[in-house]
Amino acid sequence: MIYQNSKTLLKIRGLCATVNNNEILKGINLTVKTGEIHAIMGTNGSGKSTLAKVLAGHTDYEITDGTVDFEGKSLLDLAPEERARAGIFLGFQYPIEIPGVANNQFLRLAYNTAQVQQNKDELDPLEFDDLVREKMRLLEMNPDFLDRSVNENFSGGEKKRNEILQMSLLNPKIAILDETDSGLDIDALKIVSNGVNQLANKDNATILVTHYQRMLNYIVPDYVHVMESGRIVKTGGKELALDLEKHGYDWVNIEKTAAVGT
Amino acid sequence: MSVVAEDRYLKNLLQGQSQLSASPLKRLNQLRSNAVNRVNALKLPTKNDEEWRFTDISPLTKVSFQPVRVASPFQSSDAEQFYLTETVTRLVFIDGIYAPHLSTQIAKTSKNSGVMVSSLTAASSEDLAAIESHLGYHTELQDNIFAALNTAFLHEGALIIVPRNISVETPVHLLFIATQKEASSHPRCLLIAEPGSRVTVIEDYVTLQEETYITNTVAEFVLADSAHVNHIRIQRDSKEAFHMANCSVSLARESRYQSVSVTFGARISRYNLNVLLKGEGAECTADGLALISNRQLADTHASIDHIKPHCTSHQLHKCIIDDAAHAVFNGKIIVRPGAQLTNSTQSNRNLLLTSKARIDTKPQLEIFADDVKCAHGATVGQLDNEEIFYLKSRGLSEITARNLLTYAFGAEVIERIPIASLKFRLEQAVHEQTQRD
Repeated sequence: MIYQNSKTLLKIRGLCATVNNNEILKGINLTVKTGEIHAIMGTNGSGKSTLAKVLAGHTDYEITDGTVDFEGKSLLDLAPEERARAGIFLGFQYPIEIPGVANNQFLRLAYNTAQVQQNKDELDPLEFDDLVREKMRLLEMNPDFLDRSVNENFSGGEKKRNEILQMSLLNPKIAILDETDSGLDIDALKIVSNGVNQLANKDNATILVTHYQRMLNYIVPDYVHVMESGRIVKTGGKELALDLEKHGYDWVNIEKTAAVGT
Repeated sequence: MSVVAEDRYLKNLLQGQSQLSASPLKRLNQLRSNAVNRVNALKLPTKNDEEWRFTDISPLTKVSFQPVRVASPFQSSDAEQFYLTETVTRLVFIDGIYAPHLSTQIAKTSKNSGVMVSSLTAASSEDLAAIESHLGYHTELQDNIFAALNTAFLHEGALIIVPRNISVETPVHLLFIATQKEASSHPRCLLIAEPGSRVTVIEDYVTLQEETYITNTVAEFVLADSAHVNHIRIQRDSKEAFHMANCSVSLARESRYQSVSVTFGARISRYNLNVLLKGEGAECTADGLALISNRQLADTHASIDHIKPHCTSHQLHKCIIDDAAHAVFNGKIIVRPGAQLTNSTQSNRNLLLTSKARIDTKPQLEIFADDVKCAHGATVGQLDNEEIFYLKSRGLSEITARNLLTYAFGAEVIERIPIASLKFRLEQAVHEQTQRD
């Protein structure tokens, strides 16, 4: 939701990034304020997932130009774990399976790291168990997932719910959800969307990276950005997503060409 | 000439053998004398032998080992640290000698439905037929010097017989404790699981001090139709010791053998696991973890032989190799002609923690049937960058992420051990060995 006098959380200016010397991001500009929900849409290969990973600090990408300020400080100088502790959360498109690490052990470790960062008390296993079970109820997750290895043999939908569970425990300032809707059936999509909506408030912000409009039926964005070839080529309100759904991504190109032509 | 030196060395290893008193078991005496002949005919393997290409056991010849004749003075409190809360039945061997005062053996009674867990020498007359028809029949001595040596010294050993359709509720713990420097011991196990029976056996090699000694084991597991056996093998010998082991498993129709083998100890260790799937529908799971450091060498040779159709086998063998340690894995899956509809997987995954750590891995498939599903492979590497990034993106530091992933790499195998207290202890051990500051 757009609030008056909200703070700027994230300011991206002229961001360029390469992987193996291929330029993927070619000058991204984006400003995100507290309370807002942004959707970044685009075809495969448009660079939207790269943007998500670059913001989280993935080391495969080299930043060649531009700035990213998070609460007024440069984000690009921080290691991935420092970004996470500062309040950036990336919901992975393909959450990693980690055989041998129990999910509850991992979740508690992550949670307590955040607690220490905020000068709060760490939770012991019993206290944490109460907390995590409550959060799991919200996402209608079976508590059995606590004893299983992180994401191992989880279905696509279960992995995505586990991502949102982590988000709910870490309580980030900005959640960047990369294709969280992919692999979800309609019931799971509703549950996950409901979870994201409950976590959104006037002090944080959400960036949804998605190919399709369908998640935006449940999580209503304040802004929709369309990416193509490493740039944001169009920005609008929630109705832009509906136009895209109706006309396809080619429609943006035609519009853009027309705009250039006049 | 080194050959002469080796021969003399083997003669030395046989010292004390001739003093063994004759056993009332005719079969056993026969086995012994055949084995002595084999030892005299064989040489210690060198790296020129294909089966020992990567495993140099010459450090063995620098030590003169003696069998222990008198059991060392030993406090039962020293053994208690190794006991497991889940086990009621336990056989303890100190430097290879059976320790009845520390053991809780089960003699055959009507009350326990005829289950027998005891030293081989205490076998009742009813069991003689079973022993006569299985002891030594499953272990090939022809070219196997260590199995031959073990058999030459065969007198005591762990005997487990589970009668038809009987389930042994609590795991049986076979505890082998090494206490003496330069001692040689030759532990022996025979498990006979009669049709439809179920049992879990823990074969556990431990030490009280970091001395040089040799443990040379032979285990024979015989599973009759529809028998289920869980076999957990833990080798936590001294880091200065030598550990040579042969385990042969014979699987009849619809039987199921599940094993987890963990290697932490020994300066040089070699584990030969030979599984024969001899009856239709038999299943075998053989998982392993070697966690080694400094100059340790851990060699696992597995042969899984599909003789009959409709059998499955799955093997996951993992190694975590630190410092200048060296792991060897040789896994052979054989599918004989006619063993149609075999389903077999084998995976060897290795984590090298330093640039000096070394792995030699050789997974092999030999398939002589055309309607089978077999997959095998080996990976060698460092930790996965995507996994590290995932953990860091949740706020974990680089070192915490690395420690957690290294631990997890080993824990994946430990998790498969169905005994909670043992699993917990081994997880602790993996945790301690994999943490860096």
